[in-house]
Formats: sequence, C-alpha cells, structure tokens
Amino acid sequence: MSTSAALADAARAAARAEGRETFVLNLGPQHPATHGVLRLKLTMDGEYIARAEPVCGYIHRMHEKMGENRTWAQFLPNTSRIDYLSAMHYTHAYVAAVERAAQLEVPRRAEFVRVITSELNRISSHLVWFGAFLLDLGGFTPLLYAFDDREKILDLLERITGARLTYCYYRFGGLYNDVDAEFLRGARDFVRYLRPRLDMYRELVTENIIFRKRLEGIGVADAELCRRYGATGPVLRGAGVAYDVRRAEPYAVYPELDFKIPTHPRGDSLARYLVRMEEMEQSLRIIEQALDLIPEGPFRSKVPKVLKLPPGDTCFAVEAARGRFMVRIVSDGRDIPYRVKLRTPSFSNLSLFEEASRGMLLADALAFLGSLDLVIPDIDR
Amino acid sequence: MTLPEPYRLAAFVLGALAFVGLNAAYLVWVERKGAARFQRRPGPTEVGPEGLLQPIADAIKLLSKQVIVPPGADALLFRLAPAVVMAPALMTFAVLPFGAHLTARPMSVGLLLAVAFGSINVMAILLGGWASRNKYAIISAARVVSQNVAYEIPLLLVVITLLMITGTLDLSEIVRQQAGGFWRWNVFKLWVNPLMPVTFVIFFICLLAETNRAPFDMAEAESELVAGAFTEYAGMGFGVFFMAEYANIVVGCALATALFLGGWQSPFGIGSGVGWFLLKLYLLIFTVVWIRWTFPRTQFYGLLNLSWKILIPISLGTLGLTSVLLKFIRP
Repeated sequence: MSTSAALADAARAAARAEGRETFVLNLGPQHPATHGVLRLKLTMDGEYIARAEPVCGYIHRMHEKMGENRTWAQFLPNTSRIDYLSAMHYTHAYVAAVERAAQLEVPRRAEFVRVITSELNRISSHLVWFGAFLLDLGGFTPLLYAFDDREKILDLLERITGARLTYCYYRFGGLYNDVDAEFLRGARDFVRYLRPRLDMYRELVTENIIFRKRLEGIGVADAELCRRYGATGPVLRGAGVAYDVRRAEPYAVYPELDFKIPTHPRGDSLARYLVRMEEMEQSLRIIEQALDLIPEGPFRSKVPKVLKLPPGDTCFAVEAARGRFMVRIVSDGRDIPYRVKLRTPSFSNLSLFEEASRGMLLADALAFLGSLDLVIPDIDR
Repeated sequence: MTLPEPYRLAAFVLGALAFVGLNAAYLVWVERKGAARFQRRPGPTEVGPEGLLQPIADAIKLLSKQVIVPPGADALLFRLAPAVVMAPALMTFAVLPFGAHLTARPMSVGLLLAVAFGSINVMAILLGGWASRNKYAIISAARVVSQNVAYEIPLLLVVITLLMITGTLDLSEIVRQQAGGFWRWNVFKLWVNPLMPVTFVIFFICLLAETNRAPFDMAEAESELVAGAFTEYAGMGFGVFFMAEYANIVVGCALATALFLGGWQSPFGIGSGVGWFLLKLYLLIFTVVWIRWTFPRTQFYGLLNLSWKILIPISLGTLGLTSVLLKFIRP
C-alpha cells in the first residue's frame, strides 16, 4: 500500500472513530475549478474537507528529461511552455543561467527590454488569474474585462516577439530582435490605460462586500507554513514576508529601478489577492521607469554558433508571476546539458494546500485554491 | 369577461403555457444578451436577427439529445423531477393577476396558493439531486433544502405583514387596493409602516434565494459543484430545469409586482392596464439578471447567516411594528 493510501485510510478510520463518516469526492482532473488537469482527492465529512490530496502528473511532459537530449539553444522553447502564462520569466531564468555559465555579456538595452517585457508578462498573468479567480467565486463578468486588458498586452508582445503566449524572445546574450519606437510608445500608452482600469477593479471588485466576506480569513497560510513548504511569490508575500527574488537576488536592471514589494500580513486569500493587485501597480511603475531609462545600443552580444558550456553547476532564479522560479543547469562541457533542474513555484505553492485546507468547507477550499494561482503544467512540468 | 367556462379555461391554460414557454425561452435570450452587454461582447448574433432564433435552436438541440439515466440512479424519481419542478410554477400562473380582468382563476386564497406551490420547487431539486446518485448533486440538493427553508421564513413573514395591511389573500383585491398613483402602492405605504421599502427589499432578496439565482446560486455553483443537482441531466431533462428556473423568476417577480408595486395600476392613477404589469414585471426580471452578472456568489454559511441573523429578525420586527401601528394608530 502506498503512503498516501495508508494516510487516507488512517484519516478515514480516525473520522469513523469520532463518529464522523466520510466519503471521497473526486475533484478533477476535469472540474471547472481546477483550471486544467489538477485532480484533488477530497475526503469529505459532509461539506467539510477532512483531507485533500492533490494528484498531479496528468500533464507531465518531461521537460527536465527533454533538456538532457537537446542542445542548450534547442531547450529554449521548452521553457516558455512550463508556465504558459509567465513565459517571459521562465525563458529569462534559463537564458540568464546559460549566460552566467558561459559568462556572456548582455547589452544594457537588452536588459531593459527584458525587464519591460517581463513586467508586461507579469501583468498579463495576474490579469488572467484575476479573471479566473473571480470566475471561481461565481463572478463571471470581471473575466471578460481582464481579458480585454490582457489582449492589449498580447498585441504589444506579439509585435516584437511574434507570439502571443509562448514567447521565445530572450536569446543567449540578448534578444531575438530589437524593439521599435512603436512598441515603446504602445507600452507607455498601456501604462496610462491600465491605471484607471485597476482603480475600477478596486472599486468594483475589491470593495465588494460579498467578495471580501468570501476571502477574509479563508485559507490562512502563515509565514511558518510557507517556509515549511517552500511557498514563494504572492503566497509568501501575502503571509507578510517581503521576499521577492528581484530584490533578494537582484538580476537584470532591477537594482536600478524603484519599486515596492507589496506585503499583507494576514496570510488569508484576501491578502494574496491584494498582493497581486498591488503588484500589477508596481509592475506599471517599473515599466514606466524602464521606458524612461532604456538606452540605445545593440540588443544582442556576439554568441558562438555552437554553444558549449564549461563543466560546472549554475543556478539562476527569477521572480516569476507565481513566485521563485529557478533553473539549475549542470554542464559536462558538451553542447547538450547534463542536467536541467526546474524549480517551479506552483508545485511548492500547491503542496501547502493539503495541510492548510483541512477542516475547510468545500466552497472555501476552492476559493483558497484559486487564490494560490496555480498553473497545472507548472506543477507537472 | 363573459366567455363560457370551458372556453375560458382552455384560453387561459393555453395562454399560460404559451406565456411561460415564450418567457422561459426568451428570458434565456435576454439573459444572454444582457450578460453579453455587461461583459462588453455582442452575445448571440448568428441565429436569426440579433440572435432572436437562438432559443429555438437551443430547444431543438436539447430535444434531439438522448435522455441518459445514469446507472445506479433511481430512474423513476430521476425522470419525475423535471415534471415536479415545472408543474407548480405553471399552477401558480392560474392566480397571477395580469390585469383587472385578466386572471385565469381569481381566488380568495390566491396568495396562499402561490406561496404553497412556490415551495414545491425545492422538492423537485431535492428529488433530482438525490435520484442522480452523484455526490455533487447530493451536496447541492442538501444545500438547496437548507437554503430554501432559511429563506421561506422571512418571505412568509413579509407576506404576513402584507396580509395584515391588506386584509385579504386575493391577489386581484390586493392590487385593487393600490389604485390611484404610485404613492398608494404597498411599497410606498409609509404611513402604514415606515419600513415598507425594507420589506420589499427582503421580499426581493428571498425571491433571489428561492429561485436559486446568483448571488445565491448554491444549487448550481458551477465552480464548486460542476452543475449541482443538474449534473447528471442531459437533453431536455436539463432543459426543463432550466425553463423552470425562468418560470419561477417570472412567478416571483409577478408576485412582487402585485404585492408591492401595484400590479396593473399605473403610477399616475390613470391609464392602468396589463401593460403596466408587464413593464414592472420585466423591470424586476432585468434587475434579477443584472444582479446575477454583477455579484460573485456568496458563501453558503454567509447565505444562511444572512437569513437567520439579519432577514428573519428584521422581518419579524416589521411584522411587530405593523401590528402595533395597525392596532393603535389606525382604528
């Protein structure tokens, strides 16, 4: 018998001993609230959750193994497909890890463009989460407003990257191509466009009493719990810890930019919601500053056609939309990685769900699950 | 009206069926168009002009689908539930006063009948959920029962308050008493009870909860319970539940119109007629649609707390206040 089955049996037996009969509710892999193919095996006591066991692997695509079978450059498109909503950050981590190992120079202009596109991507990712989260809570309308805003980001990024979702824009030593004046103007216009929209969301959604009541005190994940499970990103910042890779392990040109790390101490679903909403505002600030500071110059440095990394072990972490994403690459000197290890934030953020959801009502647990902002391919890799 | 009784009966049965059918079909269209407008998209446009034939296309699709009874389900109850959900809504149309002479069967206990049949709705959802043998459906059924029990009480307290003011259960008579301008409507009868608008709001909230509409759509709660009690229903079985939801909204809003908003009475005292009734009815229905696409769903215990801790005390309070005022202030 597997450990999880034994634990489930033990939970059932304990419940029966206390006079609480339980049943198993299979949530997913095709359930409207799991946004993809996450499966939760819920041991329910009435509408209360006795135990929630996440079952992952339904969309496992062996990204790490694939990395061992292709050249350094060939693995690049894979990285944008791990967390499809936050492709820029993932490519950034991989590209920067390779650059660190190969000691490649990145032109300043490229670093600024990376910051601008990454922050645009963060906003678009948060907007998808905002819409989908409200959908989980039974509010349909915000989804379409959020997608309307996101559409503008996708159009912008499509202009320079050629893709709308799985961008493969960052290249070793720079970018795939340079940004034009129209993109920069468009980005500036977008910042001006989104600010009043965020104010509107605050007025219509954040201050809605039904909405707040559904989230206040629901799904408390405190700093201690986050530490034990390695949760990062808005989940950790929602627990009051000001940990942000952009500040903790600065990369690109983030040290030159002025932005706050929004935190909320309560650790409930509302705190995580507020953190993400404020992060969008901070991202707008970052984009604005980067647009002011972006220098002229080359967008890519000289990189050898066949890239061979010196033997060694290199890590690089970025702050993705869902938390700390780290790439660890091990090279044995060939043009093919010896090992690619991906540390994805959704996996750790999901792990705390089982402990934190114990004793919650089904509806509250799903609100909690939505507030973790999970992307299932990011869990399964 | 001087039609012989059998013709009269046939006319009203056909009329009520056509009215319910048309409303159920076209309220779906209104809901979809309305939702689309709230969400800045066009809504159905392909089938017919402005998508007006969409409900017919939907009905044909649903009718052509196989009715699947899941293995292990109670086949009889499973098939019975859609009939049980539709019948009481239709029955209530017999007493709804559309106009001064436009009531299928004016009854001295019309209001009682409407409220009584209104309560059967929950039985049907319970039957459907129970008979489906689906865990989501059973959770949904259990929720619906406790929700409807909780909201029946403030609803009835409000109805009793109204009864004390009007002194009759005859819906037509209640409307007749509100003749002569909007200040004579029950909702504005502040000299009888200064809290009348509050009772109307309570009635409206209970109506949303009784018809399982958002933000109280615990029965369906698609992001939690897939489709709740209707998860296992395919084809027209689901279609009937869907129609019944709209039929119940029509009944509920019609009752609210007759009880509080003066029914067919014109707000200016002249030119009363069935047009006013329909106008008020559809304004209320639009509000129901509007609320659905504006608010997120409440928590289940939040919903019960709202009823037991807020609505019931308030409606009890207005009941007490009304009786005191009636006893001492007006002879």
